[in-house]
Amino acid sequence: MNLNQLNIKQAQEGLKSKKFSSVELTKACLEQIKKYNPSLNAFITVCEDSVLHEAKKADTLLASQGETLEAKPLFGIPIALKDLYSTNGIKTTAGSKVLENYIPPYDATVVKKLKDDGAVIIGKTNLDAWGHGSSGENSNFGPTKNPWNTGYVPGGSSSGSAAALAADMCLASTGTDTGGSVRLPASFCNVVGLKPTYGLVSRYGIIAMSSSMDSIGHFTKTVEDSALLLNVTAGQDKFDATTFKRQARDYTSLLKKSIKGLKVGILKYLKYEKQELRTVEPYEKAMQLIKNLGAEIIPIDLPHEKYAIATYYIIQPSEVSSNLARYDGIRYGNDRSTFGDEAKRRIMLGTYTLSAGYYDAYYKKAMQVRTLIRQDFEQAFKKVDVFITLVSPTLPWKLGEKVKDPLEMYLSDIFTVTANLVGIPGLAIPAGFINELPVGIQILGPQFSEGLLFQIGNAFEQETNWNKMKPKL
Amino acid sequence: MKINVGHVAKLANLLLKKEEVEKFGPQLCSVLDYVKKLNEVDTKNIEPTSQITGLENVTREDEAFPSLSQKKVLSNSKSTHNGLFKVKAILDQ
Repeated sequence: MNLNQLNIKQAQEGLKSKKFSSVELTKACLEQIKKYNPSLNAFITVCEDSVLHEAKKADTLLASQGETLEAKPLFGIPIALKDLYSTNGIKTTAGSKVLENYIPPYDATVVKKLKDDGAVIIGKTNLDAWGHGSSGENSNFGPTKNPWNTGYVPGGSSSGSAAALAADMCLASTGTDTGGSVRLPASFCNVVGLKPTYGLVSRYGIIAMSSSMDSIGHFTKTVEDSALLLNVTAGQDKFDATTFKRQARDYTSLLKKSIKGLKVGILKYLKYEKQELRTVEPYEKAMQLIKNLGAEIIPIDLPHEKYAIATYYIIQPSEVSSNLARYDGIRYGNDRSTFGDEAKRRIMLGTYTLSAGYYDAYYKKAMQVRTLIRQDFEQAFKKVDVFITLVSPTLPWKLGEKVKDPLEMYLSDIFTVTANLVGIPGLAIPAGFINELPVGIQILGPQFSEGLLFQIGNAFEQETNWNKMKPKL
Repeated sequence: MKINVGHVAKLANLLLKKEEVEKFGPQLCSVLDYVKKLNEVDTKNIEPTSQITGLENVTREDEAFPSLSQKKVLSNSKSTHNGLFKVKAILDQ
């Protein structure tokens, strides 16, 4: 096994017992990037010099004060960041030509936390520009390819982060999830993806898309790693007034607990166009396994769920149009003519739905339906502990297949957007393959139930080991 | 569903080419047609959800701390003058 194939937990142990150094670990990842990034296009920027410098520093510190490791689980671990995360002195493009030369003068709160914990930043990953997209094809720097088959999309918008991790170019990576942008690519690339509770992780310094829904998540090779990473990123931030003041907790604490007796809700899928649901077989098998592990399966009806996409595609572009209004090309970045097609579409949709005479019919109406969707979930969580659903109604699609039809692309988020509208967490985990393409399921729980999601995800992962399957590059 | 793309683009401060107006028109209309399904939902007397944290009146201590230097703040601008952002005139004399 090469060092870049390790997960965080394994690397941590290897570094602690001096089996290898952070420089060796980092070099193995850089080697992998050099070999496969030309075909996958997962990175926009690779920080070769700075990451080796940081890794060397980590090794020196490790040699002199080994105990640092116990308190800092990410010490010397190479992590890739979605290129929406502001990084002091490192170009941050948001995947858009507007910011092609933008170099932030400060770190996002989460970047600072990762660095303070000892993580070394290996590069900035490709994405649908501004986070707008489900396939990675809306990047202004060329699409990322799916490591499982380079003719297919890796899912979006955090496309490069998911592909880089699936291809072992880093040990973990970060993403943002506004309507499924962590969970969908996690599912398409066979890695673990977390969308935390809205307000659990600071949004400060991460380029804003839709401020009432943006969640700051991450990709890992195992559920345990996901919990380790959340231990570092979660917490109140004085620079983000939507973060909650809560006591710090250890998200790994429930990992070993059995899921016996838990009540797991499933949705009545079949009312969606069944012919598209090619992913239903692995899902049904997964649910059988969850049942065999002692959980009780309870079908639940969420009467307003079918309106989630329509609600989302009013609220999200409205907030996008407002957030992207700041890009004037004066203080930083290029002027507004450099926006790509998808950004222009969303800016205009949002401008339209917020404009005089249309606000009540669109934006206000959507916010009212959002209330009804929330109430559906509140009622449901009185009957079940979590839901488990598919992440996507389809398999990864071929590059170019949905590019000309934006609405068709938007509908790929049909199972993911509800969590963002309601503000609850979702954990996407690998659940099998069809035609050698990955299929993922997601566990959705009430606000702040991440520990429970990890507990169920880990129980499933231990039984299946789907996450250990690797693409042939 | 009809949408005046030129007008909306102007409101959004976007300069579109003629072929862009022609391309975006039908695409935006198909999305607006789709979201119309919300009209099926009775939302009489339903409070809108504008945020989902339930947090209210969030404040922090009014403590002074160092901000970015003027040099850093201006470092990404193509147009500066005497330590300031230089912008085009917006009003005629």
